[in-house]
Amino acid sequence: MPTPAPRSRHWQWLLVLPVAAPLLTPLANRIEPTLAGVPFFFWYQFACALLAIVVISAVHVATRERGDD
Amino acid sequence: MTDREIEVGVFLVLMAVVIVVGFGAARWRAPEDPHTLEEWGVGGRAFGNWAIWFLLGGSMYSAYTFIAVPALTYGIGAIGFFAVPFAIVTTPLTFFFTVRAWSVARRHGFLTHSEFAAARFGSPGLGAAVAIAGILATMPYVAVQLLALQAVLRTVGFGGEWPLLAAVTVVSVCTFRSGLRAPALLSVVKDVLMAWMLLTALLVVAMFGGWDRVFRVSADHFAATPSPADGLLLPETGHLGFLTLVIGSALAIFAYPHALVGMLAAKDRATVRRNAAALPVYCLALAVMALLGFFALSRGVTPVDGDLNTVVPRLIHEFFPSWSAGVAYAALSVAALIPAAVMSIAAANAFTRSLFRPYLRPDASPATEARVGRWVSLIVKFGAAALILAVDPAYSVDLQLIGGVVILQTIPAVFLGLLTGWFHRSALIAGLVTGLGVGLLMLYDIPGADGTGHFGGSSWPLGDGVTVYVGVVALVVNLLVVVLATVLLRAAGVPGGRDATRPDDYLADAGDSGLQRMDGLIDGTPRDPEPAGSR
Repeated sequence: MPTPAPRSRHWQWLLVLPVAAPLLTPLANRIEPTLAGVPFFFWYQFACALLAIVVISAVHVATRERGDD
Repeated sequence: MTDREIEVGVFLVLMAVVIVVGFGAARWRAPEDPHTLEEWGVGGRAFGNWAIWFLLGGSMYSAYTFIAVPALTYGIGAIGFFAVPFAIVTTPLTFFFTVRAWSVARRHGFLTHSEFAAARFGSPGLGAAVAIAGILATMPYVAVQLLALQAVLRTVGFGGEWPLLAAVTVVSVCTFRSGLRAPALLSVVKDVLMAWMLLTALLVVAMFGGWDRVFRVSADHFAATPSPADGLLLPETGHLGFLTLVIGSALAIFAYPHALVGMLAAKDRATVRRNAAALPVYCLALAVMALLGFFALSRGVTPVDGDLNTVVPRLIHEFFPSWSAGVAYAALSVAALIPAAVMSIAAANAFTRSLFRPYLRPDASPATEARVGRWVSLIVKFGAAALILAVDPAYSVDLQLIGGVVILQTIPAVFLGLLTGWFHRSALIAGLVTGLGVGLLMLYDIPGADGTGHFGGSSWPLGDGVTVYVGVVALVVNLLVVVLATVLLRAAGVPGGRDATRPDDYLADAGDSGLQRMDGLIDGTPRDPEPAGSR
């Protein structure tokens, strides 16, 4: 059975970013700079969640399969 | 009316709505033939973007998470925040791995990891082992959901055993009747209530001096405690323990039966992919909840009877307007009942497909499967309720911890198996057993907080305050055994199992020829290697 050829599989490597970013806690383990009173350690993870949304959406669009809209 | 009456009144009215929705769910997009495990157990694989998104949020971001995570940040600070990076890491992995799992499950009619493992490595025995591990890990997970529910009910004023049993009975009957459709519909209700609760919480924080004050007071509090492990930041020695906990928990999500059920209900690959992109929204909600632990700490909220699970319910009671508190209690209660329902369905699917059919009744009809699944789901829920009523609740938490280590040992078969069929079936079983042995020994070896006893947590001390998460160590040992044994067995020429899946199975999508309506075919010949050609 023929399977659709993805436009480019290489885009998937971008997914490494949102996997790695939340794990960089040894580098993010600091209070300053704070954001609205929240220490960096905590708002960094909020930023990682937003990064995950952006990157996964981008990869989804870039590797769109047949049948997607 | 007093504040208390309003609080309880709003709570009761919302719970009544929940019951009506739960019972009505069976009629929602009702299938022509509801009496198959396919319809009952994964909603006929027909859920679209929104239904899946709510269902996943409902089953993964449970009351236990929303109550236990703030309790952790309240108690120890930064380390309790591990749940947030862990949740974020799972989303890109879902995008890549779960899409493959969805495709192969769709083409072969799998409902569970265990069926996949059996087909991938040609070994019903491996499938049975994975199913047993999944059921054992799921039972205490259901139990801790019920514990969270109990903490809420107690704060509302319904202490004792009967309210809990009544709630479990209601959700059991809903699930028995409606299958996965009940939790899916209830998840929508839950997310609306949950959004209201989060909004109220943010307003409350803003009204009481904002995050600045919250973290200033919390920092002073942690500086005053004698423990070096707590604080707004991780201690220098805490990084290894923190990261292994994040990685272990994230991997476990891909092995727990309930996490897969929600995704298998999706109607096509694109639905799974879009959902992976939207799931981090729940991570943001979880992060806000985690920060509420610091708010509770800074306002001097004290738990009931020293039970940290009551911190969030107490916070709601003391700081929310009474009607908003009623909404929040309802949100947390539904958030406990939905995962309990999904988990029991998942455990029932695993039992029916990997133990009942292969070993007890090979010729079971779809109707028989659905009936067995229904009853097993009841047994799982009431078993979990009995567990927390009969034994000290602390044991349920221990068992859940152990369950996490147990389920991680199936990762080589069910997660890495999505990428490669190279592993030898005997090697996988050997690795599973070794990993379980190592994990349980290490857990047994961990003393309690007072320095004596056993099963005192899942962080194994390495000395100098450095700890490592037991599940990850056991998984590494497991993987070493799997790889070594596979090399040896292949060198010795021992034949492996026949892989019933083909590379293009992992890319199959709805709408491919032969996949439009697979139910009849699936329920008849699930392991057929050429399902497309036989039609």
